[in-house]
Amino acid sequence: MHEFHIVVCMKVVPKAEEIRVDPESLLLDRENARSEINPPDMNAIEHALRIKDQCRARVSILSMGPPLFESILRVGLAMGADDFYLLSDRAFAGADTLATTYTLARGIDKIGDVDLVICGEESADGATGQVPAGIAEWLGWPQVTLATEFQLSDDYTVCTARREIPGGYEVHRVKLPAVFSVKTASNEPRFMDFDRKPWAMEEAGVIVWSRSDIEVEDDLIGLKGSPTIVSGLEQAETRARQQHMLEGDPESIAAQLAEILAPFHTRN
Amino acid sequence: MAVSLYGPEDARQTVCVYLEHNAGRLEDVSLGLISKALELTSGSDWRVCGLILGDDTRKPAQEALARGLGEVISIQHEIMTRFDVSAFTRACFEVILQEKPAVFILGATPDGRDLAGRLAVRLRTGLNADCTDLRLNLETGQLISEVSGFGGGVIALLESPAHRPQMSTVRPGVFEQQFVRPVKSGVIRQIDVSLSRSDLQSELLERSVGERLDLSKSQVLICGGRGMHGEFVQLNALAEQLGGEVGATRPPVDEGYIERERQIGQTGVVCRPKLAVTCGISGAFHFVVGIQEADTVVAINIDPQAEIFNYCDYGVVADAHQVIPALIEALARESHSSHA
Ligand SMILES: Cc1cc2nc3c(=O)[nH]c(=O)nc-3n(C[C@H](O)[C@H](O)[C@H](O)COP(=O)(O)OP(=O)(O)OC[C@H]3O[C@@H](n4cnc5c(N)ncnc54)[C@H](O)[C@@H]3O)c2cc1C
Ligand SMILES: Cc1cc2nc3c(=O)[nH]c(=O)nc-3n(C[C@H](O)[C@H](O)[C@H](O)COP(=O)(O)OP(=O)(O)OC[C@H]3O[C@@H](n4cnc5c(N)ncnc54)[C@H](O)[C@@H]3O)c2cc1C
Repeated sequence: MHEFHIVVCMKVVPKAEEIRVDPESLLLDRENARSEINPPDMNAIEHALRIKDQCRARVSILSMGPPLFESILRVGLAMGADDFYLLSDRAFAGADTLATTYTLARGIDKIGDVDLVICGEESADGATGQVPAGIAEWLGWPQVTLATEFQLSDDYTVCTARREIPGGYEVHRVKLPAVFSVKTASNEPRFMDFDRKPWAMEEAGVIVWSRSDIEVEDDLIGLKGSPTIVSGLEQAETRARQQHMLEGDPESIAAQLAEILAPFHTRN
Repeated sequence: MAVSLYGPEDARQTVCVYLEHNAGRLEDVSLGLISKALELTSGSDWRVCGLILGDDTRKPAQEALARGLGEVISIQHEIMTRFDVSAFTRACFEVILQEKPAVFILGATPDGRDLAGRLAVRLRTGLNADCTDLRLNLETGQLISEVSGFGGGVIALLESPAHRPQMSTVRPGVFEQQFVRPVKSGVIRQIDVSLSRSDLQSELLERSVGERLDLSKSQVLICGGRGMHGEFVQLNALAEQLGGEVGATRPPVDEGYIERERQIGQTGVVCRPKLAVTCGISGAFHFVVGIQEADTVVAINIDPQAEIFNYCDYGVVADAHQVIPALIEALARESHSSHA
């Protein structure tokens, strides 16, 4: 029988609090920011590993990005993933969501026999949240976004997922294969398994595919395949504020604040 | 280059607005989009049309006309009792290819994002997510979407010069609904799309939606950031005391201390309260866009250099964990004496 196969899409992002903007060029200085696994993708891999804990499943990590991603995403192998596919090619650079989802979908095709694709809710840098739906469309598979729980049918062909929406929830049942995104903070990602660590960090072979390996059309990848461009950067107009700093000992500050806030009481 | 299914030369001078509705009423996010689309095109030959889908769209389609739209395209089908991303994508795709709008805008709601993400790929076009403002060049038909960049109040301008439709999503609260005169000659056009049950991608087994929290309507907002270290009890008490609501920056939401519905900012809710109090918040522009329209902003931060002090009316350099309880007491005393 074919082994149940889950692909988890993961990316690496600069730590948000370390990104600085060059005041002259208004460009991002990402060079000096440390990188980390996109935090919502830790929830994604945790969901995949919980399914693996319950049934025989193979969990693969899939990422599109520069070679630098490799050492950072090996953590996923140490957490319990079996394989790691990295789509890396200079020609993939500059991709917007259209080109990114095309490339990831071709990667999933190439991996083959995938039952479930799990993504994070959104990335910490681009934060469009459009990648899961885009992958699903290229593959022609159903999608359930913002999932918090998964339940597989006994024959592994159908998945029931609970999804969180503003003010409530829905439960969807879809035929597999399908693409999911998981709600951020919907589980507690596990730590690395220290027995796996030496293998994961050093020995495990990472499968790196370039554009010729996944048979992509050159017109659809990277900058060339991206309809959106950043056409300018501007200083935002901000509303002028009084910027009045309150001084005094804690008690006097509390009293001044109370005086400022009291008129806003909406129940008066 | 990747080519969209139609290009600028074939696109019509039309802004198409995707209309979300619930229980017979248009969602606020859609009302805001209508206002914006009318504003962008006012005084020009550009056409604005709504696109509405459902098993019964009569009431919300009428509401759209009452809000100033001259035209609403309606797709009614018995299988569309609720949003289904496959069926809705298919129906929208057909209409877009018929109408060839230059611009297609949607709300960045869970359904709007699901739909936009699939449609953009099917149309092979660009999609700008969570925009904080839109501009339209009426001559060239070029849409310019603003998104906030990192820090320092930098905004990035995004465009899709060669692809149509130009798609953008906008978070709830970003655009205010303006009151306009209804168009007397407004029309609702029914378009038939052939759909069957097999076009539904999933079976909805259960759905439970209670009262939806809508921070964009709150008059008083007490906001907590990473500097609250996950402690929201006092902020809740203060909000309670002032009859307001608690909001948050992204970090406490990501860390699971507070619900996503309470996130303020570019990827959260954009609010227009009379008063916003920010506690333990540094003042990243992604957050600040969410309280820009507040009448009064009070900021409490332990770091005198914090960026937030540039965006406040009253600033306090102090430990929020100490100021808030003292403030709650002082307010209690004040209301006590004023009622005495
Ligand atoms: C400030 C900013 C604004 C941007 N705005 C836009 C825009 O409006 N339109 C646009 O088309 N592009 C935009 N981009 C580019 C966009 O970030 C990239 O296309 C990116 O490759 C994917 O989008 P995302 O980060 O928004 O992913 P999201 O859709 O937010 O990510 C959701 C999930 O998809 C998966 N995923 C995303 N990227 C990868 C990857 N490379 N490898 C593996 N899995 C992945 C992860 O599971 C992730 O949690 C923007 C970038 C920045 C920095
Ligand atoms: C594409 C994108 C979209 C984003 N969308 C949003 C969004 O919608 N909303 C949002 O909020 N963020 C958003 N962010 C994240 C945003 O860039 C910032 O990282 C975030 O707003 C910072 O939150 P913070 O101010 O709570 O945390 P920090 O920046 O870490 O600031 C914490 C502050 O607390 C202060 N502090 C610490 N201890 C105390 C104390 N005891 N008393 C008082 N003050 C204390 C510190 O001095 C510091 O200034 C987005 C980011 C990206 C890339």
